[in-house]
Amino acid sequence: MALVLALLLVPTVAGAAAFFILDNRVRRALLVAAAAVHLLLTGWAWHARPEPATGSWLGIDAPGLIFLSITSVLFLAAAVYAAGYLAREAPGRQRDDIEEGAFFSNAPEATFTGGLLLFLASMTLIHVSQHLGLMWVAVEATTITSASLIYFHRHHRSLEAAWKYLMICSVGIALALLGNFFLAVAASGAHGEADVPMIVSSLVEKAGGLHTPWLKAAFIFFLVGYGTKMGLAPMHTWLPDAHSESPSLVSALLSGALLNGSFLAILRAHQICGAAGHAEYSQRLLLGFGLVSMATAAVFVLGQADYKRLLAYSSVEHMGILALGVGLGGAGRFGAMFHAINHSLTKAMLFLVAGNILALYKTRTPSAVKGLVRVLPVSGVLWVLGFLSITGSPPFGTFLSEFTILKAALDEGSWLVAIVYLLLLAVIFVGMATVIFGMAQGALPKDSPGQRLREPWLAIAPPILLGALVTVLGVHVPDALDATLREAARIIGGSS
Amino acid sequence: MGFIEILLVLVIVTDLALLGASRINSCIRFAAAQGILLGVLTLVSGAEGHTLRGIALAIVSAGVKGVLFPALMTRAIREARVRREIEPVVGYTTSVLVGVASLAVSLWISSRLPLVRPAASTLVVPTAFTTILVGLFLILSRKKALNQVTGYLVLENGIYSFGVALVEAPFLVELGVLLDVFVAVFVMGITIFHINRTFDRIDTDLLSSLKD
Repeated sequence: MALVLALLLVPTVAGAAAFFILDNRVRRALLVAAAAVHLLLTGWAWHARPEPATGSWLGIDAPGLIFLSITSVLFLAAAVYAAGYLAREAPGRQRDDIEEGAFFSNAPEATFTGGLLLFLASMTLIHVSQHLGLMWVAVEATTITSASLIYFHRHHRSLEAAWKYLMICSVGIALALLGNFFLAVAASGAHGEADVPMIVSSLVEKAGGLHTPWLKAAFIFFLVGYGTKMGLAPMHTWLPDAHSESPSLVSALLSGALLNGSFLAILRAHQICGAAGHAEYSQRLLLGFGLVSMATAAVFVLGQADYKRLLAYSSVEHMGILALGVGLGGAGRFGAMFHAINHSLTKAMLFLVAGNILALYKTRTPSAVKGLVRVLPVSGVLWVLGFLSITGSPPFGTFLSEFTILKAALDEGSWLVAIVYLLLLAVIFVGMATVIFGMAQGALPKDSPGQRLREPWLAIAPPILLGALVTVLGVHVPDALDATLREAARIIGGSS
Repeated sequence: MGFIEILLVLVIVTDLALLGASRINSCIRFAAAQGILLGVLTLVSGAEGHTLRGIALAIVSAGVKGVLFPALMTRAIREARVRREIEPVVGYTTSVLVGVASLAVSLWISSRLPLVRPAASTLVVPTAFTTILVGLFLILSRKKALNQVTGYLVLENGIYSFGVALVEAPFLVELGVLLDVFVAVFVMGITIFHINRTFDRIDTDLLSSLKD
């Protein structure tokens, strides 16, 4: 319990402090330090395993631990990257696409850093919540804290992105609240019996007594409401805008951490449906949304004229794969949990590299970026490797997890699903390959420096680390991780 | 018809009034009235309306929704110097008809979902659903950013009225929900301020440069 509280308090206190620290260097150091402490505490959680006590609101079970670890690793990478990024974006330096230099005083950097840390705190609260109401509060809190991060560059396009994000996700989360109320009605005891508290373990234990029509209605609202924030199509419309307009390190966190948080919330509802014996109902819905998301992403990936939007649509695709994996059931659940890790690591790496590309070329149009491998040797190679990983090529972890999900489809005898899944993966591979290889190869632009640039280590170390992790996972899954993934797959299947 | 039914009918009346109002000022006033009505509803419905907890919740929610939000939004109007929605996506008469239609749909849905435990009134669930649908419709059919925030508030009011009449959530969670909604509206207000400063208007159709 003390560990869980420490995980919540460290980013909260550091975030509050960041607003009052005047010196930029001290504040950046605080950001990295808080991220490192958070990761250490998360590592300790793997050892101590603070399982939720019966009736307790807080605790870390296997699915929570996996998503918490993803968030923590990604946040440290983003924090290190941010230290270099904020130094480059500091006032007085040249900035891309910024007309109103006056807005970039020191105060916004304090707001940005504070916002990042409070975002980590609210993300952590999602992962350690065992009470569904508390979880809702945490998910809504992540929307509010991340809206200010999206509007870091103060121009009209990021403002538009932030507004759409706020409105669409607030409505989505409001619907999720209604889903929570429906679930509470389903759990209310008739004729003087006691209500089942809104705690995951209690609901799973007493799932048989839940009122079926309300439970089913609740799941739909969970799926549509939290699905909006997870980026499932057709509720994904905020996602490409927010991901393309926010600073790249924020995009990395949104895509790699934020979307997963809402996925966890949907998994909780799925878990309760499974325990109540309605697994088939919730699985069918997840499967449908998964395939629609993949298909939508495929349409927009083809011919995409903005490489950050390309990555954003790829996130819609991968959220679809996660929903599909859980929707298939069986080995698909293991595959989905594993895929969440692989996708987050790879996508965060790609967004950080995209930030490096953007910093040099000052454009998000792929056709204006040429000769990447020669100008930025490290980022260029990472860009190509990241592409191979995100499209599920061996030897990366994504290959293993996408293959596991394919195998689950074949095990279930869902031939049609398997064929559509492979077809969509192939279309997206081709669509992304055209853009990525076009950027990596080609003649150097005329006004480019012409020789290799030294890339600051703060900008390349985080993506290298993330890329290394996903490569290692492709070769060998550590036993502890494998056991936890299996346990998580069992838990989200609805068995207690 | 008891007191609670009168309250619920009044909530539906404010829904329809919101749909027909063209002046943003009146929209904010109707939303505020709805907030106060829900505060009173907290007191008279639900299992623990008269406990200290219920009274505290009623005061906090009426204060936030009936006084604080309208004050914030009225200020935003003054800053942005807007008076009315000139060209809503859907006209006002049609909007009111949509409101009546959503009332019918809500009555039908609630007849399909039998309650586990009887509520304070059979009108609670249809009223909540109507308000939710009206809120969603306002968000979709209005262009002024402030009107969209009003729509969000109405949506939230509908969900709140469902919750307060049927669900006994722990006090902490109820407060957390209220706080989140409050901060969300506050952040939306800040964003509107920035929209107004960047574009000199608060029409959301100005926000349309991001698309594929």
